[in-house]
Amino acid sequence: MSHDPAHAASAPAAVPGSIGPEANILVGKADWFMNWSRKSSLWYLLFATACCGIELMQTGASRYDLDRFGAVFRATPRQADLMIVAGTITHKMAERVKRLYDQMPEPKYVLSMGSCANTGGPFYKDSYCVVKGVDLIIPVDVYVPGCPPRPEALIDGIMKLQKIIMQKRNFAAKA
Amino acid sequence: MEPKDIFDALKARFGDAVAELQGEAFRPPFVVVSPKSVLDVARFLRDDPGLAFDSLMCLSGVDYKDRLAVAYHLHSLRAKHRIGIKVFLPREAPSLPSVDAVWPAANFMEREAYDMYGIVFEGSKDLRRILLPEDWEGHPLRKDYKYPEFYHGIKV
Repeated sequence: MSHDPAHAASAPAAVPGSIGPEANILVGKADWFMNWSRKSSLWYLLFATACCGIELMQTGASRYDLDRFGAVFRATPRQADLMIVAGTITHKMAERVKRLYDQMPEPKYVLSMGSCANTGGPFYKDSYCVVKGVDLIIPVDVYVPGCPPRPEALIDGIMKLQKIIMQKRNFAAKA
Repeated sequence: MEPKDIFDALKARFGDAVAELQGEAFRPPFVVVSPKSVLDVARFLRDDPGLAFDSLMCLSGVDYKDRLAVAYHLHSLRAKHRIGIKVFLPREAPSLPSVDAVWPAANFMEREAYDMYGIVFEGSKDLRRILLPEDWEGHPLRKDYKYPEFYHGIKV
């Protein structure tokens, strides 16, 4: 809007209780704003190694529509904030998981999806090749149980992660 | 051709290298042959016009505790018959000629048998581990396999 005095005279007068034309400042906490921005744009690395990946695809598709949380998949770890480990991790794959995690920029989060990624699942006993939980390789923020979890469970896990992100203190003095 | 006829044809051609016909009640029964002769038997099975086994459906390793074995499942699309070939091997240093020159599909399956049982296929085009990491120790589908405690610092 113009600030020409001639127009100012014709602007509607501020009625009591209204914000008025010049009020374009919001006062809030910087932490809250940064956390809100981060939780609302959780770009996740498309990392599916087993049947959980099918449920992850379904969660991302139109019926469950993960996009409405600002979560869209990325094909490269360098653009991703969140790694959804969807599926069995073998010892051969473990090094690749670690490398992909290291390539993600900070701040980064890991969601372990399904029994295999949580604990090794059905391969917990008597398997020489399956890693018994992805948390042996990388730190995990949220565990989603299920074999595989339904899309509702995965969405619940992502909302739990959003709550974790909202608790972050970005500007607190370092001890 | 019936399995008995296939067995007789092999017996007539290779003599003592062909031992017996196993499990005639099953489809397909297995013809047991000696390890050294397996490449010649394979070539004969493929090239003989009456046998014409043009498809190697499956090649698998087996551990019978006292000995190892390699089992070949063959099918002929032209003659519409099938047969199994079985080769028994000792547990110590098991090796036999590769058949990937006869059926190229054998290569991946031989690599799997090598990976899981440690059976060496001599003269193979490319005999490497196919499923496990290249620096893995041991062959896990053997009955006497001991699990490692750690692999690259991760507990197994």
